[in-house]
Amino acid sequence: MAHKETLFEVEAPDIAAKAQPGQFLIVVPHAKGERVPLTISSYNAKKGTVSFAFHEVGKTTKELGCFNEGDCLLNVTGPLGNPSEVKKFGNVLCVGGSIMIAPLLLQVKALKEAGNKVVTVLGARTKDFMIMEKEAKAMSDRVYVATDDGSYGNKGLDFLKDLLKKEKFDRCVVMGPVVMMRDVSEITKPFGIPTIVTLTPIMIDGMGMCGVCRVTVGGKMQFGCVDGPEFDGHQTNFEELVLRQRTMLPEERLGSLLWETSGGCVCGRNKA
Amino acid sequence: MAETKPKPKLNKKAVEMRKQEPKVRARNFNEVALGYTEEEALEEASRCLQCPKPQCITGCPVEVPIPAFIKCIREKKYAEGISAIKSKNALPAVCGRVCPQESQCQAKCVIGKMGEPVSVGRLERFLADWECDHGFQLPPKAPPTGKKVAVIGAGPAGLTVAADLAKRGHEVTEFEALHLGGGVLSYGIPEFRLPKAIVQNEVNYVQNLGVDLRLGNLIGRTHTIPELMKEGGYDAVFIGSGAGLPQFTGCPGENLGGIYSANEFLIRVNLMKAFAFPDYDTPLRLGKHVVVIGGGNVAMDCARCSMRLGAEVCLVYRRSRDELPARHEEIENAEEEGLVCKFLAAPLEFYGDERGWVKSMKCICMELTEPDAKGRRGVKIIPGSEFTMDVDTVIIAIGQTPNPIIQRTTEGLQSDPRHGTICVNEVGKTSLDGVYAGGDVATGAATVISAMGAGKRAAQAMHDYLANKK
Repeated sequence: MAHKETLFEVEAPDIAAKAQPGQFLIVVPHAKGERVPLTISSYNAKKGTVSFAFHEVGKTTKELGCFNEGDCLLNVTGPLGNPSEVKKFGNVLCVGGSIMIAPLLLQVKALKEAGNKVVTVLGARTKDFMIMEKEAKAMSDRVYVATDDGSYGNKGLDFLKDLLKKEKFDRCVVMGPVVMMRDVSEITKPFGIPTIVTLTPIMIDGMGMCGVCRVTVGGKMQFGCVDGPEFDGHQTNFEELVLRQRTMLPEERLGSLLWETSGGCVCGRNKA
Repeated sequence: MAETKPKPKLNKKAVEMRKQEPKVRARNFNEVALGYTEEEALEEASRCLQCPKPQCITGCPVEVPIPAFIKCIREKKYAEGISAIKSKNALPAVCGRVCPQESQCQAKCVIGKMGEPVSVGRLERFLADWECDHGFQLPPKAPPTGKKVAVIGAGPAGLTVAADLAKRGHEVTEFEALHLGGGVLSYGIPEFRLPKAIVQNEVNYVQNLGVDLRLGNLIGRTHTIPELMKEGGYDAVFIGSGAGLPQFTGCPGENLGGIYSANEFLIRVNLMKAFAFPDYDTPLRLGKHVVVIGGGNVAMDCARCSMRLGAEVCLVYRRSRDELPARHEEIENAEEEGLVCKFLAAPLEFYGDERGWVKSMKCICMELTEPDAKGRRGVKIIPGSEFTMDVDTVIIAIGQTPNPIIQRTTEGLQSDPRHGTICVNEVGKTSLDGVYAGGDVATGAATVISAMGAGKRAAQAMHDYLANKK
């Protein structure tokens, strides 16, 4: 994948046997590492493996990017969270942004297998960041692409308004950056299309213990990890979520910077 | 003529245990209490009257043979002493440190009626630390029974059950959801009260008994209980998943940045070692003015961690000092380290700055009402007594309830709809055949030793069940 987007396939037979679309893993890279939540992008019960994709943005993801094939992670826990609701809805609009396109396609596949017509929208910052377009085309009835700067496909997601005026959708599934999920939810709301968003708040344990992933949905406090990760996009308080996601930003930047200036990992790939 | 034995001189004062100086320890995460030297232990052990009908044992939830191990100390037979404890208690280094002895064994000590009771906990710790320095001995194990047991959770209850059943020859697999064993001993109780190296020793001991510990395995998700019993071939299951679900106040503004549940705060600091950030990767943002809401041991732990991280801490508790549920010793320690308490006050609302970070909180004053039938005093609001405090971090330590994942994924398992606890009988049997539960998941948040006591009883009941099972 381009631009330090990395796909991991890990051997975890217990998890592979149970994983379903929409669920996530908690990955602990090493004894001093963080617990990072990562959405499952595919699984193979026969091979006993699960996969997840990530952007190398912070210290932990950059460090993960330095892992070589055959290396061991300290721990992988899962599958966590509730699986996506997969059944025959009719015409489904699946919108994926950035790295979350990988897990979205897992859902696209499941929705197709359940007999739905699926229109997939892929979003990225620029053309260079667009991923998995070929895979999306192979499994969807139709694919649209959009970039923030218009360097490829539609510019922004405003074209969705016209699409929704022309075509009737029974359900919308959005996985991507918070602002994208917020914008799509706002677009679908006047059309009354049930819209499911996958929230990715900060988590630590990922199993209901710490409460850092609390989000407000329909005016009620919910835990992203055990009540979600999927919620009604029209009921979600995105403004609060954006603020909560930023609470540790200075520390995250500091950690990343210190790691890079101290030489990064031994493989040298992420040297500053 | 009857010979009169010379009466032993009774020393009414217990031998004090040395502690780090408050000013020093309030800035580090090293253990506060330093333990007895051999001389101190011998002196304290000499105070025990070796009662023919020892009352202390009746005060211990796991019935440790207290006079017997103290006798061993007196005779300097330390290896024998630690085996005596371990015949009943698999985690003495933990219990010697965090048990509320003052309301258990030591409350029953006969000398306590005349002076200070024998310091059972300190002596237990002395032996446990002696063993740690001299190598762990494994007790004899019964021959294999061919029965398989699944234990869910590697906290105090689960470790006790796993150790007991492994010693009796059963094949035990212990499933732990987190990436480290120990449960609340690892994620909850801070390093300065219970060093994590000691917890790891106790976990290793249980593993050395033959228990297969599987980390990062969340029962209810990775496997379910019905799957364990049908496909996994387990003959019995023990649920010791603890009380891990944090309670919140429900006050407006609670989702602002800088407002932590006690669990989040303690998991960051203890399990993930955020106090050593950036050497460890998990961060913690702590302001200068921290308010801890609550009055239990967990609240004290949060307050004392915050002070060690350089903050000024104010505890806000809705009852008065006399009603604080925390151990007396912990309250004293915390106050010596600089804790300020605001009693008879409760939060109403939190206010944030433009970045969504908490900056102040509105509280209201309370007054105590007459004691209820159980003798616990309630509180009521004093109208018009609102006041505002400037804060930049709030830690909510008002209790935990059991995590609902197992209850939701196990059909037929009865639980209390109000408290979320799993319903059990006096030996820990649940509504499902072969499934037992104990510790916080059955009682709601309580102490380490009460969870171990429940584990002890459940292990006996499970052993009997397995013996009768074809």
